[in-house]
Amino acid sequence: MSGFAQNTFNGLVSGAFYALLALGLAVIFGMLRVVNFAHGAFYMLGAFGAYVLLTEAGVPFWAALVIMPVGLGLLGMALERAVIHRLTKLDPLYNFLLTFGLTLILQDLVKLRYGVQSSPYATPSGLSGTVNFGLFDFPTYRVFILGFAVLLCVAVWWVLTRTRIGMVVRASTERPDLTRAFGIDVGRWVTPVFGFGIGLAGLAGVLAAPMRAVNPLMGADLIIVVFAVVVIGGLGSIFGSVAAGFGIGLVQAWGEAYLSHFPIVSQTIVFIVMAGVLLWRPAGLFGREEAPA
Amino acid sequence: MRRTVGVAAASAAVVLVAGCGGGGPQSGGEGKLTGDKIVLGVLNDQSGAYSELSGKNSVTAVEMAIADFTAKYGDKAVTKDITVETADHQNKPDVANSKAQEMYDRKGVDLILDVPTSSAALKVADVAKEKKKLYFNIGAATTDLTGKSCNRYTFHYAYDTYMLANGTGKTTTEQIGKNWYILYPNYAFGQDMEKSFSTAITAAGGKVVGKDGAPFPNTSGDFSTFLLKAPTLNPKPDVLGTMQAGAELVNVVKQYNEFKLRDKGVGLAVGLMFLTDIHSLTPAALAGTTYTDAWYWNFDAKNREFADRFQQKAGTRPTFAHAANYSAALQYLEAVQAAGTDDADAVVKGLEGKTVEDVFLRNGTIRAADHRVVHDAYLAQVKPQSEVTEPWDYVKVLKTIPAAEAFRAPSADCKL
Repeated sequence: MSGFAQNTFNGLVSGAFYALLALGLAVIFGMLRVVNFAHGAFYMLGAFGAYVLLTEAGVPFWAALVIMPVGLGLLGMALERAVIHRLTKLDPLYNFLLTFGLTLILQDLVKLRYGVQSSPYATPSGLSGTVNFGLFDFPTYRVFILGFAVLLCVAVWWVLTRTRIGMVVRASTERPDLTRAFGIDVGRWVTPVFGFGIGLAGLAGVLAAPMRAVNPLMGADLIIVVFAVVVIGGLGSIFGSVAAGFGIGLVQAWGEAYLSHFPIVSQTIVFIVMAGVLLWRPAGLFGREEAPA
Repeated sequence: MRRTVGVAAASAAVVLVAGCGGGGPQSGGEGKLTGDKIVLGVLNDQSGAYSELSGKNSVTAVEMAIADFTAKYGDKAVTKDITVETADHQNKPDVANSKAQEMYDRKGVDLILDVPTSSAALKVADVAKEKKKLYFNIGAATTDLTGKSCNRYTFHYAYDTYMLANGTGKTTTEQIGKNWYILYPNYAFGQDMEKSFSTAITAAGGKVVGKDGAPFPNTSGDFSTFLLKAPTLNPKPDVLGTMQAGAELVNVVKQYNEFKLRDKGVGLAVGLMFLTDIHSLTPAALAGTTYTDAWYWNFDAKNREFADRFQQKAGTRPTFAHAANYSAALQYLEAVQAAGTDDADAVVKGLEGKTVEDVFLRNGTIRAADHRVVHDAYLAQVKPQSEVTEPWDYVKVLKTIPAAEAFRAPSADCKL
């Protein structure tokens, strides 16, 4: 029983990363209709930024947790202005190529300076212990990540559903043309939303630094699963991406724990789920079928 | 008929000249080297996961060997024209295959060195066999290089899965604990390591109480399911043996520490680890971990002297792969010097059965039966942070594993 609870907990922690990354991808896709292939690279930059801040300037984890998302968010906004918005009117393929190219450039720049070997990043001192849950002990840092991610998702949900800004963003995400017809300047919100999505990726990266290998390819490995998560949740669906993020984390953890005698299944379970969902609901669990043009 | 006699006479003359050279050819060796020069090829990973433990610094090590050889023989050297060709095989067998062909055919390479990643290493062995050109593998671990894929032109120089398993598996079982839980990446290298370790552990009187193949590549980066399982097994394992490498090893160790398995009585043994891995994890994260090393830079004064020279050129301390590349290049040049020719068959003849003593090879023998280069190996333990007094000096050598015990006996699968 305690084993099951522990595996569930771990699944939720992995899921927290998926949810944060998928949430960013979902708002960006919703608003810009751009599938941001560079998302994994920004996650990596978040983690690397935390490492560089710590080793070069002695900036602690907590400060990095604020500095990196804000900094990367601004960089994202600049990128959106400089290049991405120029291509949004063209075939989506152009933005695939652009963001994929950006990924390669960012990865190789980091590689050039820091090499491919993973860089060390210690768990922040206050969070290095374990928390006793009665049935089992669990690393404090993982509890923190889970709590933080859930809090953040709730906050984003609150902003989107309970504030005027959220209302505008949701409306422009789901029916941009109709929203424009109501006299709302949709274009004004595009850049900040892109920056926000990138900021979330950077934040996930900082959170990952103490528990994952910090190297230039860390995002490239993770992003494959995140794309599956976004597709399962429904491309552009904000609630769907978060729910699918946690859900896939759970499925993966349970699969590894209870299907370990069938490695072929436990290794591909995410994609089996994705295929199943697409057969059943082609728009994803929470996605809405696009009206035929 | 007359032509055959002529050719035979000519080759006899060449053999005679070479044989009568005594202390090596005095006259500059005109015509005995193809193109009057020697070209060494370093084929390895220059941008990916293994580019730091071998990569460009392996090239630096080979250049050091050339400089040392030239300085030693001066005007008596078989040639002064020794160059290095390098290529990036990206750890892909097909790229390794085409780059190796290009090196031998078009770049005039006499010897290919390094080649990490087992699947790529085996491809290059096939090319060496086909082209009848020399190949010293350093970076790859598979015992197939001296087993079913062995050939006359391939030598396996530094280490293999048997050496790692035998050193770490046997000694850890005897000294630290009998019950093991093995975690391995589920692909060729990991499966090979798991088998080698299980055999070594059982032979030493230990027991594998559990083993799991983790997804490879592990896209989630999470190993906690396996780490949580370890202390709950019955009987409880004394040692977690991880066969993961590179970034995956970093993930396993970080999470091993997060779940405080050491405090729960589960020690850590690592299948394959390089100095660069310890550097990126920091010794604090690995303190007390045992593993088998083929060479350690601060083992004795001789190694340290080499490491100091290496650091001046590369800016970092050498891994065992760097030292092995240096040694392999040097021993090849010595063999060419002794044979007076770069003809592969003549050089192979000179190498087979030769005993060698240099900075990397201690009590080294180039085994004639399977071309395994046997030498002393070392059981190493990562120091606690408090005992680390200088950068990169992360390890203490617990025990030297004598050359005769470190490697397996020649395999029956190998027919040269």
